[in-house]
Amino acid sequence: MKTSTPAGMSRRHFMNHLALGGATTLGATHFLSNLEANAAQVSNNQKACILVWLGGGAPTIDMWDLKPGSKNGGEFKPISTKGDLQISEHLPKIAQEMDSLSVVRSLSTREADHTRGRYYMHTSYVPNPTVVHPTFGSVASYELGTKRKNLEIPSFVSIGGGSMSSGFLGMSHAPFVVDARGQIQNASTGGMDKQRLGQRLGMLSTIEDGFIKSGRGDVGQAHKDVYKKAVNLMTSDQMSAFRAEEESAEVRELYGSTPFGNTLLMARRLVETGVPFIEVQFPGSWDLHTDVFNTLKDQRLPLLDSGISGLVRDLKQRGMLEHTTIVVMGEFGRTPRINQNVGRDHWATSWSALIGGGGLQGGRAVGETDADGLRIVSESYLPGDLWATVSHALRIPLNTVHTSKRGRPMKLANGGQPIQDLIG
Amino acid sequence: MLRRSNPIQLATIAVLALLMQTVTGDVATAQTKKAEAEFTTGSSDPLIDFANQQIRQTWDDNEVKASPVADDAEWIRRVYLDIVGRIPKAEEVDVFLAEDDKTKRSKKIDELLANPDYVRNWTEIWTNLLIGRNTPDRTSRLGMRKFLRESFARNRPWNEIVYDLVTAEGHYEENGAVNFILAQLQGNIRSEDYHVEATAKLTRVLLGMQVQCTQCHNHPFNEWKQNQFWEFNSFLRQTQRIDHDKYDPESGRDVDDYSELVFRDFAGPVYYEMRNGLVQVAYPKYLESEVSPEAPNRREELGNLMAHDDPSHTVAKAMVNRTWSHFMGYGFTRPVDDMGPHNPASHPELLDRLSEEFVKSGYDVKQLVKWICNTEAYNLTSRFNEENEFDKPSAGEVPLFSHMYVKTMNAEQLYDSLLVATNADQSGAGNFQQVQQQRERWLQDFLRIFGGNDEDEPTLFSGSIPQALLMMNGPLVEKAISAEKGGYLHTVLSSSRFRNDNARIQALFVSALGRLPSRYELSQLSGAIRKYPNKLAAYQDVYWALLNSNEFIVNH
Repeated sequence: MKTSTPAGMSRRHFMNHLALGGATTLGATHFLSNLEANAAQVSNNQKACILVWLGGGAPTIDMWDLKPGSKNGGEFKPISTKGDLQISEHLPKIAQEMDSLSVVRSLSTREADHTRGRYYMHTSYVPNPTVVHPTFGSVASYELGTKRKNLEIPSFVSIGGGSMSSGFLGMSHAPFVVDARGQIQNASTGGMDKQRLGQRLGMLSTIEDGFIKSGRGDVGQAHKDVYKKAVNLMTSDQMSAFRAEEESAEVRELYGSTPFGNTLLMARRLVETGVPFIEVQFPGSWDLHTDVFNTLKDQRLPLLDSGISGLVRDLKQRGMLEHTTIVVMGEFGRTPRINQNVGRDHWATSWSALIGGGGLQGGRAVGETDADGLRIVSESYLPGDLWATVSHALRIPLNTVHTSKRGRPMKLANGGQPIQDLIG
Repeated sequence: MLRRSNPIQLATIAVLALLMQTVTGDVATAQTKKAEAEFTTGSSDPLIDFANQQIRQTWDDNEVKASPVADDAEWIRRVYLDIVGRIPKAEEVDVFLAEDDKTKRSKKIDELLANPDYVRNWTEIWTNLLIGRNTPDRTSRLGMRKFLRESFARNRPWNEIVYDLVTAEGHYEENGAVNFILAQLQGNIRSEDYHVEATAKLTRVLLGMQVQCTQCHNHPFNEWKQNQFWEFNSFLRQTQRIDHDKYDPESGRDVDDYSELVFRDFAGPVYYEMRNGLVQVAYPKYLESEVSPEAPNRREELGNLMAHDDPSHTVAKAMVNRTWSHFMGYGFTRPVDDMGPHNPASHPELLDRLSEEFVKSGYDVKQLVKWICNTEAYNLTSRFNEENEFDKPSAGEVPLFSHMYVKTMNAEQLYDSLLVATNADQSGAGNFQQVQQQRERWLQDFLRIFGGNDEDEPTLFSGSIPQALLMMNGPLVEKAISAEKGGYLHTVLSSSRFRNDNARIQALFVSALGRLPSRYELSQLSGAIRKYPNKLAAYQDVYWALLNSNEFIVNH
């Protein structure tokens, strides 16, 4: 018997087969039976949220809430926008879309440590040794994803990683991580042809069914269900949602033709496919303890400006903005005081987030900080209020309660309330 | 006991033995009779009899008919996974099945407890419990493991291990026990919350008490009051971590050097705020024992009370409950680490008696394992029947232990079992260190995908799509089925002992699942194989299917 490895395996080759061939060409094993030819149906009117995560904590005082005339004001000037507020001069393209977007300027979130802040802003809860709270994407997946029967790809996608855990909602609502090019780890089966995949799965089915019938409870079936989903994913037409490169050069140009722009474009394609929550990791850290102004003006802001403005315009042109909520934020803001290294440090007391779409009011500045940016002089908001606002836009009932593994009831968005100025 | 013999030859013999067992078919009836008589693994200890009586009593009380005793193939796989953290090798299965000795189960338990893999497995389990699967910043997993490895290798009394975990001071690699508390100390030392996580973890893991909710309020449905949390907390106030940095000439920056756990100057009471805003005061107090706030070293006081001076044996009970749950799938309480009057145990007398005897044995962990593994309940099959199918703790019922509960393998068990089933570590292995590094890398990858939630009950299947993809298409299974020289697939395919498709399929079943295929499975798979133009590919796919199956990934 031959015992060498068969030659000529090429992973990419096979995936192309699978992805392009899609549902109709695969063998008739019952693993694949629920694939339907029309499964890749485009649904423009399904609610979705895209969270753009500014990891490290962005200096929102230089972006959304400038303080000209204050010693904390820094180097940038405010400019007028299409909305009823001013933003940084280095975000001119977003300024043109500000009639669709609003800024919440009075976040006060107390957690100024990266890990704790990341947890708090994602979950609405402060870290607690007794329980792992779900990130809001997992909540959306749990509430909306399970109802979208035609969705063959996971209902919470994290592009570029960096999201948080699904906590007590369980692994089936965990962020499904793809890299910035939309590559999914282990989704390729090597150079295997579809017939052989079918044979493999047929043998697997024989063994799995035997165990399921052996009278040992639900575990066997649960395992088979997950495998079925994994196979559906590998062979689904909807996988093309991950391929931003299939868009025309013109559309990609709209997003700036950058890797970050492509991740946002991928997010739009996922929304079109029916994915209710997508988190996009901004490439590059906003933890600017040194040289904040040059870094912002030359690197971070131009990238953000072209990407976000492109996303808003594209969604608007396609009639999807009404259904798609956009949130742009990180774990906290940065100190109004400029430090000796021309940087800004961690600051959670008074900072801003950008939010819009999904039927929310655009063009507004909600809340207010004082002239030096140090204090909030209006009503202040917590992450729970932001996520309650998003819940409102996604039509997730605010009185939803989830139960932790230890039986404790947990309110949606930690009992936060939608921000009236945004939903009014 | 075990002569050096040709594993393939043994495999053939046992395959035949197994086949005969399956074909004759009346094995089950014979075993039912055996269970109805007096079951024994061959170990004689009055405590085991007592445990069996207690468990049987709850069967009678609840009118369930217990499942029969598991056959040897089912049991051997289970006991390997539970004690040494991996499935048995095909030849280990073969030898055990072929052995004709009424006391072979109890002998196997003793043998596995003497196996170095027991130490490795227990070290892994307790490292995960004490510092989590993701090592917190500036905590030494290496140090934690070293402390535990040395402790379990010498079978140190559990109360001494606990004493060290509670009282240790020093460098995180020189005195690895410090990592337990170090891992829970993060953030600002001036904050009132600095010792909160350490308080919560210590009481939960070592005492089986969930006082953490009482950090902020009196517990809504148990008797723990808010002051109790802060009384425990005040023991830990004389503790702090110190992180040392060193200059790294390459980057020109300070980088982490090492950390230590040291004594912190603190005296007097702890103040905490009640919900209504009133400030209260708490003094160091362990259960009923008050300790003077002037005591020079409060952690030593706590360690002594926990390890040597607690008439209610809280440390022992917590350990008994957790160890029982490790083997049986469920403890006497749910959650296993939430014991107390508000959450009565399912078998209170058994729990008390086991704890008492555990203390008397000198907190002998191996003895505790022996008692549990030799009980009748641990030896039952996981198949349930019409008369005990409602014994289903996963649906919220109180466990009656009338059949074994199916557990899903954790990441470590899965990895180590894949290596065993495929000899993947032997095909193109490399040295010990490389093998270890490979394991760590894969586990990291796997845990990121798998979640590795330390809170999950082992009986729940928490698999996800990325996990399935990792198993289906990932490098480990790919290597396992690659038929490289030295790997199990290569061994089976190149041996003249396995002449035909059936014999080869049977050998692969024994290796992956520890059992022979049913007739139906055999006919289905051999039929499928015939359709392959390439025989190697066919066997690779059979093995792929076995390793990816639900049956492989569960411990039943």
